[in-house]
Amino acid sequence: MRYIEPHAHMVSRTTADYEKIAQVGCEALCEPAFWAGYDRASAQGFYDYYRQLTEYEPARAAKFGIKHFCWLCINPKEAEDPVFAREVMSLIPDFIKKPNVLGIGEIGLNKNTRNELAIFEEHVDLAKKFNLPILIHTPHLEDKLKGTRLILDALNNADVDRDRVIIDHVEEHTAPLVLDQGYWAGMTLYPESKCSPARAIDILETFGMERIWMNSACDWGISDPLAVIKCALEMKKRKHSSEVVDQVIFDNPKAFLSQCPNFSL
Amino acid sequence: MPTKKDIQDLYFMDSRFKLLEIASFLDRVERHDGEADFRHEAFMKALMAMQNPPEGTSRAQAVHLAFSDHSTQPAESATIQFAFGAHQEEDPS
Repeated sequence: MRYIEPHAHMVSRTTADYEKIAQVGCEALCEPAFWAGYDRASAQGFYDYYRQLTEYEPARAAKFGIKHFCWLCINPKEAEDPVFAREVMSLIPDFIKKPNVLGIGEIGLNKNTRNELAIFEEHVDLAKKFNLPILIHTPHLEDKLKGTRLILDALNNADVDRDRVIIDHVEEHTAPLVLDQGYWAGMTLYPESKCSPARAIDILETFGMERIWMNSACDWGISDPLAVIKCALEMKKRKHSSEVVDQVIFDNPKAFLSQCPNFSL
Repeated sequence: MPTKKDIQDLYFMDSRFKLLEIASFLDRVERHDGEADFRHEAFMKALMAMQNPPEGTSRAQAVHLAFSDHSTQPAESATIQFAFGAHQEEDPS
């Protein structure tokens, strides 16, 4: 099976993980900027991180025939200090010119605060200014419903092109909110939180196979870089055809990502 | 598409296993000393919601909604970076 991994944090993974996903058919991989598991002490730390995303990781992926792309932002967990967040954001325009940058992401909310929301809105403005697509992180667990609603309200106020926005980490209660308003939706397959493969397929069967993708969001936490392909096998157990599986794990991410000027296979 | 029986063949044993994990978790909490925090009440509420989902709401959605923060205004600030898994109502005092 061929597939695109639309959301993986490879800076936290080993080179052996690149080898494993290449062996099971990964043709391209997209890495959103995220929280490192601790708060970085300076904007310079982000400068180094953006270099890692735009220079080092593409070279590491290329050794296994995988195309590596990335999204840039300051993640919502580090956006509670708006002065610091704006200092980091001032670095982004210089990196947007790099050939593997897809757009702005993963922006969003974490604890649904006023400061997080302000920085989210400024990221949306930045994406509009550079005419780039947006990848959005929705909060965890009990904060997801409220955060998703706040994000949808902010996007509505910003009058974005909904075809070029994907709202990630949807679950059963937020998938219809996102899809009904015309945005793309992403589902994350995690062993302990977010979606299991069985539940992700339930969401596909309930809300449709259009404008939705699946990702492993593998990072430094409990996560599985092979999650997408394992879910594809689960879809086959559920008697979905090879064509439908291919649509969900290859055609759908390709369709969304092809709106990014730098994306190609 | 699979039939109901096909779905049972695929998922019954796994779900039975997980149901026993939940039952044992509740027994374990009850057996140990101290007081359970707000998550216990939220868990019991979610179990009830699963058994009696509101019309138009799936069981999975009902469980999510039982654990969720339903307030609508942004928080003034963040005191923690993580999530507990269940919303803790603010102490009115």
